[in-house]
Amino acid sequence: MYRYDDYDRAIVTARVAQFRDQTRRFLAGTLPADEFRPLRLQNGLYVEKNGPMLRIAVPYGVLSAQQLRKLAAVTRRYDRGVGHFTTRHNLQLNWVKIEEVPDILAELAEVDMHAIQTSGNDIRNIVTDHFAGVADDELADTRPWAELLRQWSTLHPEFAYLPKKFKIGITAAREDRAAIRVNDVGLELRQDANGATGFRVFVGGGLGRTPLVGQAIRDFLPWPHLVTYLEAVLRVYNRYGRRDNTTKARIKILVKSLGAVEFARQVEEEWSHLKDGPATLTQAEVDRVAAHFAPPAYENLPAEDLCYVGFLREDAAFARWAARSVHAHKVPGYAAVTLSLKGLRAAPGDATAEQLEAAADIAEHFSFNEVRVSHEQNLVLPHVPLRELYTVWHLAKAVRLASPVTGLVGDIIACPGGDFCELANARSLNVVAELQERFENLHLQHEIGELDINISGCMNACGHHHIGHIGILGVDKHGAEFYQVALGGRQGHGLAFGEVVGPAFAADEVGDAVERIVGVYLEHRLGHERFIDTFDRIGLAPFRSAAYQQTEQEKIYA
Amino acid sequence: MPKIIKERRVQDDAWKVVTLAAGETAASVRLPVGPLLVPLAVWRARRAELIAREYEHGEPLGVWLAPDEGPETLLDDLDDFTVVAVHFPKFADGRGYSTARLLRERYGYRSELRAFGDVGRDQIFYLNRVGFDSFMVGTGRDATDALAAFGEFPEVYQGAVDQPLPLFRRRA
Ligand code: SF4
Repeated sequence: MYRYDDYDRAIVTARVAQFRDQTRRFLAGTLPADEFRPLRLQNGLYVEKNGPMLRIAVPYGVLSAQQLRKLAAVTRRYDRGVGHFTTRHNLQLNWVKIEEVPDILAELAEVDMHAIQTSGNDIRNIVTDHFAGVADDELADTRPWAELLRQWSTLHPEFAYLPKKFKIGITAAREDRAAIRVNDVGLELRQDANGATGFRVFVGGGLGRTPLVGQAIRDFLPWPHLVTYLEAVLRVYNRYGRRDNTTKARIKILVKSLGAVEFARQVEEEWSHLKDGPATLTQAEVDRVAAHFAPPAYENLPAEDLCYVGFLREDAAFARWAARSVHAHKVPGYAAVTLSLKGLRAAPGDATAEQLEAAADIAEHFSFNEVRVSHEQNLVLPHVPLRELYTVWHLAKAVRLASPVTGLVGDIIACPGGDFCELANARSLNVVAELQERFENLHLQHEIGELDINISGCMNACGHHHIGHIGILGVDKHGAEFYQVALGGRQGHGLAFGEVVGPAFAADEVGDAVERIVGVYLEHRLGHERFIDTFDRIGLAPFRSAAYQQTEQEKIYA
Repeated sequence: MPKIIKERRVQDDAWKVVTLAAGETAASVRLPVGPLLVPLAVWRARRAELIAREYEHGEPLGVWLAPDEGPETLLDDLDDFTVVAVHFPKFADGRGYSTARLLRERYGYRSELRAFGDVGRDQIFYLNRVGFDSFMVGTGRDATDALAAFGEFPEVYQGAVDQPLPLFRRRA
């Protein structure tokens, strides 16, 4: 893990002092609310329905046990003891007081954490693969690159007032677990024929009102040029991105209107002046940062653990959990483990202070002190010896972190929606609760198999509804909550956006509709086909007709 | 006399900002005596006249750019200006930050580079980093209070105009 040195610490500490002063002036009335707004957003502080919300950065989703404990303490002391992990692996506190936020930031700074640029029209927290460094399908660990970019983007003087927010995602694995092509810039680490490292650069991806898949503007950018090239991209965007209409201000609209070829040409032209300048990365710096991510002191273990195999055979509940929660690791005898934040009757991504502390304890004893946050809003223990899995399961179960539903219906991704968010058209947590109840039966969930359900409370798509196998979007119809359902979206390298099944459903219809859609799948699937495979084979039509059946009948009888 | 921040002090300032009121054109707007910051359109329309003012009356030349007016428009004349100013109608419009870096880093502009408009205490640290060296804070903002901005951060990660080397090239 990256540890701050005196430089990093000085910068973050100064940011706390700066924000403390801004907050003081705001509360004293000398900094008007509309001027304070962009400033507080650049530090993750929103003012939402229930009051202020603070979004704490979890850079590239990596946390130490100590940091988790601090998050637990902060959640307990300044909030109501519950935090919410987002799809950009940050942590949101929904019940903070503005006057206490500087104190929260000061406490976070003690453990090398901050809330810098978790909102605002600036470069946001960089996302990457939650299995980075341990995945058996990765070319390289992306965390050093993410940290290099964290430092470059932190308090960047030229790009603090962009037309709109700017998101960067990095992946280096065969399976893209960071959804890089729905970021403003997606970086795919690759190697050229000589084994040199570089990046394929995608721009203009994004969800929201106009969902677009990022387009490649450079096939291979040698790593020393990563920062200068990104500066060129950002500069073209900062100068020419639209500022007249906030719904058209993302870089994707600029890329779309210029065309990827012309956009790339402008970037190359800008870059020709910056290339090989002082921002060119050095081997020494890459080595310095990479050293922080050196593998922990793994034991020499056999690839198979007999105790683990035995428990799998004897304990069906454990086996069911393991089937969903235990993931391949590049080191023999180890696994990465999902700690599910998708408990019954809990909002997806919500974690109590007790759960955070328990996760910290488990990580300390069984995962070299490290935890990851996934964009599916779960926690991940990146390095657990197979022989400890049974113990870890028991410990996780005791604090409700062991729902055996990862990747299944119960693993719903959802934004906080209308219960918390100012911008929402509809609630999302009511739909989560409804679906959890309908699919409460774990046998049924395992029978249904892999199925991503994503829910957003509005167009902004914080719940990534476009890339759910079943995507649900809250819409407003004459002041009532309605839900548009789309099918066939997916993340990963086969990234695709779902197709809308038809007219939106009322809040009390959406559960029935999803159940009928799942029913169509179960009826049509061949062998072990996943939902998404069946969808690809039979298309939208059978789902569409089934989804509305009941509703039509009801109309007849009404 | 109006105040500006320059050399990290609050100072009197003699420059007048010329703007085009409704109905006025670049060709017709009256140019008062004294040092003037003229809009780019006036500079273009009346370049000879402005240069003559400088030659014959010793009036220094200044021009100001709107957010969508890039520095490329001034390249041939950059050496003529005593002040180039960049207008920030709203501080959340960050185009002027790129304008400043380009002027300083690419086009070699060395004289005074001024930020004016909706800027103040909470923008000056970044503005200074990208190459502005004088600041006319917006109405209702306190120039003396804004001086504190220069010392806000003891270190920075990125290279920019104030410190061309990124931290990783300086890290001990
Ligand atoms: S998707 Fe909309 S409702 Fe949900 S959190 Fe984002 S802005 Fe709020």
